[in-house]
Amino acid sequence: MTAMKLLKRAAFWALVAGIVLFSVFPFYYAILTSLETGSGIFTVSYWPDALDLGNYASVMNEGEFPRNFLNSVGVAVAVVIVSLCLAVTAAYALSRVPFRGRGLLLLTVLSVSMFPQIAVLAGLFEMVRYFGLYNTLGSLILSYMIFTLPFTVWVLTTFMRDMPVELEEAAIVDGATPLQIVVKVFLPLLWPALVTTGLLAFIQAWNEFLFALTFVASNDTRTVPVAIALLSGSSGKEVPWGEIMAASVIVTLPLVALVLVFQRRIVAGLTAGGVKG
Amino acid sequence: MTSRPAPPAASRSALRAQRLRSAAMFLAPMLAVLAFVAGWPLARTIWFSLTDASLGDLAGAQWIGLNNYLEWFDYGDGDGEYFGLLADPGWWNAVGNTLRFALVTVSVETVLGMAIALVLNADFPGRGWVRAAVLIPWAIPTIVSAKMWAWMLNDQFGIINDVGMRLGLLSAPVAWIASGDTALIAVMIVDIWKTTPFMALLILAGLQMIPRDIYEAARIDGVHPVRVFWKITLPLVAPALIVATIFRGLDALRVFDIVYVLTPNNQQTTTMSVFAQQNLFQFDKFAYGSAASTLLFLVIAFITIGYIKAARLDLTGGGR
Repeated sequence: MTAMKLLKRAAFWALVAGIVLFSVFPFYYAILTSLETGSGIFTVSYWPDALDLGNYASVMNEGEFPRNFLNSVGVAVAVVIVSLCLAVTAAYALSRVPFRGRGLLLLTVLSVSMFPQIAVLAGLFEMVRYFGLYNTLGSLILSYMIFTLPFTVWVLTTFMRDMPVELEEAAIVDGATPLQIVVKVFLPLLWPALVTTGLLAFIQAWNEFLFALTFVASNDTRTVPVAIALLSGSSGKEVPWGEIMAASVIVTLPLVALVLVFQRRIVAGLTAGGVKG
Repeated sequence: MTSRPAPPAASRSALRAQRLRSAAMFLAPMLAVLAFVAGWPLARTIWFSLTDASLGDLAGAQWIGLNNYLEWFDYGDGDGEYFGLLADPGWWNAVGNTLRFALVTVSVETVLGMAIALVLNADFPGRGWVRAAVLIPWAIPTIVSAKMWAWMLNDQFGIINDVGMRLGLLSAPVAWIASGDTALIAVMIVDIWKTTPFMALLILAGLQMIPRDIYEAARIDGVHPVRVFWKITLPLVAPALIVATIFRGLDALRVFDIVYVLTPNNQQTTTMSVFAQQNLFQFDKFAYGSAASTLLFLVIAFITIGYIKAARLDLTGGGR
């Protein structure tokens, strides 16, 4: 009986170990590769046996990678700020003010998040060129609204819906305008939801590829996903795996840090939204 | 009714009118932006699909009806041939690849996600750390995961071949990405690795809503754990599972990034999105690519509408 129990315990922990290995190993291996240079890269190693920062140095000093990194930061931050500003007031209207057609409106917003990006690509391309935004970061900030905005509106609406009516009633009795109610009453209570949705919007904008590939075409305006996808060696013959992995690690570390710090909030936001991962 | 004092009623309706006005003002910017970045471009894509637009001359596009979708070209001698998307083997190949990809990845992700969710739902020391570890693949940019796996699946220096040979699973190194038979499998592996955590978390949220005392009762009655899973856990988690599967399915149908980066220009892995993007920007067949985009949009729209109708989503209040 106890042997059986012990076996079960062992099987359970083996399962846990398997899950962790499955999740973490590719990233671990990318770090290992990024620390190897020369011929060391081409021998498979399972444990760190080199600590060469050469790949990081060449990624940061040659080419436009630092610029691409800043572009990504700028775009993602702008997208988060704009979509949160637009979404907070909209979510207030959708969750606290009853009006006819509210359900339908919410459904429309939700259905936009289902749009395949490719379906708007041709039309957006025309628009971006028309407004002279081609090859600028503005084109990305604008186009990323299509997936961050519905998501933020949806999640903030569900958060605000659950807040007690008394909150507002007191403010209304005091003669507060709706804008004052949003800013003075809801905003202070909403910050956990804002952090969650802001993080998710940041990650989505940081990782986006198709629009960034299409609307931006020169090395110094690219964002990191496209830069990494197009990274090729100076000789053009050999794939610079060490540098690609170094760049990948640099791009991923901020996200992994965010996930580890805010994992509870992220899980709450993902499951509340359930809209898009 | 008549005894009700008039002024408060009047001010109440004035208040209501004011609230409605501000609601409209609050919603307007958000709706304007969405119409601008989603509604209008979608309409333009559909319009382009009905014209002969080319990348260099979008403004000079001429209406040609449904010819991009299907056109009968008559040779003049009573014989002829169909042209257009619906008669294009390349398009149907992309449809087939997309469906295979969606079916396999979503099924595997559901099963694996369920297993991980069940483990994470158990109480054990260090559970928070395991959950954080599981989130890592989800947080890694798709492009980066594709590159990481491209390196791991490398035919000469890849660790997957090395492990496979060491364990005796492979007799010779496999060219996972380059060879036609395995390219789509490689794409599937990356997607499964990247998206299973998301599945697991959605299912876990469903699992955590099941009241613990049901399990308690089953344990006291001595019900076998496997039976508990089939009779209690699965039926109760089914709604969450279905929602997760449908969202994932829709996501899988529009897959682009992984395929584009892992296996560029490979017939064996071209999906509907990749097919559309290639025609739009690489083959200079802008209108044709627009038609492909429109078809993909229609497929996804029908599934979404069907789902909303079937689930009768509660959007007015309460909800999830």
